[in-house]
Amino acid sequence: MADAALFEFLHTEMVAELWAHHSDPGPGGQKMSLSVLEGMGFRVGQALGESPTASAWPKRLPLSPRLPQETLAFREELDVLKFLCKDLWVAVFQKQMDSLRTNHQGTYVLQDNSFPLLIRMASGLQYLEEAPKFLAFTCGLLRGTLSTLGIKSLVTASVASLPTCKFQVVIQKT
Amino acid sequence: MAVCVAVIAKENYPLYIRSIPTENELKFHYMVHTSLDVVDEKISAMGKALVDQRELYLGLLYPTEDYKVYGYVTNSKVKFVMVVDSSNTALRDNEIRSMFRKLHNSYTDVMCNPFYNPGDRIQSSPPIDTDVTLGHHQDFIKKHSRAHIPHLLLGVPCIPRRGPRGAPCSQQPRRLRGDPSQALPMAPSLSHDAVSRFILGPRAFDSMVTSMMVQVC
Repeated sequence: MADAALFEFLHTEMVAELWAHHSDPGPGGQKMSLSVLEGMGFRVGQALGESPTASAWPKRLPLSPRLPQETLAFREELDVLKFLCKDLWVAVFQKQMDSLRTNHQGTYVLQDNSFPLLIRMASGLQYLEEAPKFLAFTCGLLRGTLSTLGIKSLVTASVASLPTCKFQVVIQKT
Repeated sequence: MAVCVAVIAKENYPLYIRSIPTENELKFHYMVHTSLDVVDEKISAMGKALVDQRELYLGLLYPTEDYKVYGYVTNSKVKFVMVVDSSNTALRDNEIRSMFRKLHNSYTDVMCNPFYNPGDRIQSSPPIDTDVTLGHHQDFIKKHSRAHIPHLLLGVPCIPRRGPRGAPCSQQPRRLRGDPSQALPMAPSLSHDAVSRFILGPRAFDSMVTSMMVQVC
């Protein structure tokens, strides 16, 4: 239980730190900080995408750097996205993603109704403008994991009302 | 006993390749290179078949008169290739599988190392003495920094011995004459310490591969 809180605190401090040293308070500087956060999440996602053997999973602590994966059952993109929604989300946030929708043409929308990194802030419309910066790291995380599993993508996030948020994954066809 | 171990990236270039130095290394490099075709064939063949589960372990890729080559693929399309001496008939499938599993775990550790950039060569070298103090790990690293690889690769017989505090520990290499350092426990025990694994990342990888090469049957 304590592990989840540690990550949440660290994440909050990361965002606060990047925003505190804003030399350029305009939109240009903000974009820099967002892409730094996203880059961090990307590297973490790359490491998380490597899978261990299934036997290692039950014995380890909840926040270990590994995910359960018995076999190579990714026959298509949808399987990979399902893996993200179930196993990755459980490993990082101790809960599953609430809904996954797709238009079957490379766009997926993942919705989380009580996103752990936002749930402590507010419930409703308060702090709506501040919310996007707390989602940048997670967007990078999703993009990094997808890239290790061989899928190039673009991930954006949107918040309608805290703590519900939607991650939109657009697969880039090369 | 594995005579050559290779880790190949998704784009089919080697991230790490290591063979017993007493033999002609080029021969093993060539074998690993040719085995990549077989690996690709196996992956694509499995993809077409309506098999729900594709295993990570690919099995025997091809045998030659002296050696057998085994393969393994991860979810991120990183391939592990292992060349084994044919004369060693005691090596069973299960043992090869467990060797690959250990290799996979070590590779995951390397990925988690923040100093490792994905796509780089996996480099293992004794750490240079830096100003960074690592607390009590400084001694740990100093003790293990001398590469004891030459002794291990020559297949020095391992005698079960009691550790420094009288606790029974896994096999230790016998001290060679003239070796100034102490006898150390075999590499696998290195990786049990989670923090040292974090710091030593690629080195634990290297020592794990070494231990695989001198596995006493």
